[in-house]
Amino acid sequence: MKLDKYIRPEAFPTPFCQGCGHGILMQAVLRAIDELSLDIDKMVFVSGIGCAAWIPSPHFAADTLHTLHGRPIAYATGVKLFNPALKVVVISGDGDLSAIGGNHLIHAARRNIELSVICANNSIYGMTGGQVAPTTPCGSKTATTPEGASEPPFDLCKLAWGAGATYIARSTVFHVRELVKYIKKALMHKGFSFMDVISPCYTQYGRRNQKTCGETPAGMVLNLKNQAVRAKLPEELFTFGDKKKILIGEFTK
Amino acid sequence: MGAIKAGCRFYAGYPITPSSEIMEQMARELPKVNGVFVQMEDEIGSMGAIIGAAWAGAKAMTATSGPGLTLMLENIGYAIMTETPCVIVDVQRAGPSTGQATKPASGDVMQVRWGASGDYEIIALSPWSVAEMYEMTVQAFNFAETYRIPVFLLADEAVGHIRESAILADNISVVERAAKTNLPPFGNLKDNSVTPMPMFGQGQKLSVTGSTHDHWGYRKTQSPEFQAKSVSRFCNKVRQDADKITSYEQHYTDDAETLVVAYGFTARSSLRAIQIARADNRKVGLLRLKTLWPFPESVFQGLSPTVKKILVPEMNQGQVIREVQRFSKCDVLSYSKTNGTIITASEIITKLNEIR
Repeated sequence: MKLDKYIRPEAFPTPFCQGCGHGILMQAVLRAIDELSLDIDKMVFVSGIGCAAWIPSPHFAADTLHTLHGRPIAYATGVKLFNPALKVVVISGDGDLSAIGGNHLIHAARRNIELSVICANNSIYGMTGGQVAPTTPCGSKTATTPEGASEPPFDLCKLAWGAGATYIARSTVFHVRELVKYIKKALMHKGFSFMDVISPCYTQYGRRNQKTCGETPAGMVLNLKNQAVRAKLPEELFTFGDKKKILIGEFTK
Repeated sequence: MGAIKAGCRFYAGYPITPSSEIMEQMARELPKVNGVFVQMEDEIGSMGAIIGAAWAGAKAMTATSGPGLTLMLENIGYAIMTETPCVIVDVQRAGPSTGQATKPASGDVMQVRWGASGDYEIIALSPWSVAEMYEMTVQAFNFAETYRIPVFLLADEAVGHIRESAILADNISVVERAAKTNLPPFGNLKDNSVTPMPMFGQGQKLSVTGSTHDHWGYRKTQSPEFQAKSVSRFCNKVRQDADKITSYEQHYTDDAETLVVAYGFTARSSLRAIQIARADNRKVGLLRLKTLWPFPESVFQGLSPTVKKILVPEMNQGQVIREVQRFSKCDVLSYSKTNGTIITASEIITKLNEIR
């Protein structure tokens, strides 16, 4: 319970659905902060719109800036540039950061500004009812792709690499120890860090795609264990070709 | 220069004609006062960055023109909802869309007033000279701090690019941001007063959100009470001080039978036209609106009883005229010009002769 001090009591009960991975990610972020003994009063957590944006706001007992859909990185840029003494962390979803906010993501990476961007990637628009996202795997059933998604998805780590991010890692909410380790590195990185965290959404994605991702919320989390393949070298990000698996690891240049 | 005098220490922008000179000047000047300049990837990002910087403690601004303003509006709505002080200079050009980038217009009067979603009040100032660009920039920052809202400096290409000698006022007072308090960050529940703007990094554990929230910043997205209270706060904190905020100038109005109501560059041509017409013994006067929003409605109630007709020349299809009509008892006539050129004094004289 030592993480309780980082959470606003008013924030409970948590708004997340049963089986949502975001609670695990929330704990991983707080655990990383605790293990690093960071002063949370000198941190600012910026988020956009969507379920993932609710991880810091209102849960975290810290300065939180809950912005508009797609815009958290732009706001975070202003905070960090004006007061570089603050540790600025963006926690938001895949749709927020890579669709509507894609322009801000690539340019912040290009600037290599010292921000830690943690993408809670559930490969769907959860809060708005399960529409297809730029991260949705081909063939997935969603509210707007009843016959299966036809467009190829983004690999967000490749995108961050191409744009110039200098610390890049992917993990899942099943691989919690590595997740905490990577978040700690991201938080201490001097430059732009990007974390792609696979966090299942049973409510909007899982129940429509039980054949490929597990029949229950718990099954969906366990499925991450089976899908994950550890990268031994960063370059595997570009050679890994199995679309049914998830390559996890650090992809730092 | 006005911005730096007012204490502006953060600028984020994106190039757009005819406002880019402001950004270029800020890129040169801000580092000299330990300020921060950043050129962002678009206008959406620029507006987001200045709001972020404002919460980090900065007096912050951006400058743009009509199409860029359109992109900024979603974040301007956020600044209204989160009561974030910031200043936006809009050097208006001929639109809609890309239009004529180097040509003047007054087409954004309603865009700044109503462009973001929902109900709110903003403040918009309309300069007519270089000296006033300076003074009104300071004033814009002061209003932004006092009311914690976005304030617009609504220039046009003609005022924006004019070169003239100017005497800059050195005695303008500057409203400073208050030190840390324990007051709620978003007003109180009793009245529409504005609580001091807090900042990140002081251990206040601020919760800032664009969702409807209570005075401590906690989301209240299902409460009719908080929705109603928030909207009325955003409107009434400005409305209740409208007479303090608004300003205007009257020239030759004591015995005027025809009154020209003008703003921005058009007010310069109007004054010249009136001086010429007065030499011809015409009883004409000028009411120059320095504040466009909130609209200075009370001045129309106190007009000289001699005024029988009002002429409103505008570089748009008639945006301020409807406000004038709402608050005037006499005939209100429009002279509208939207061909990307300024309204000249001789055109106004011609129009005055027509309505004689």
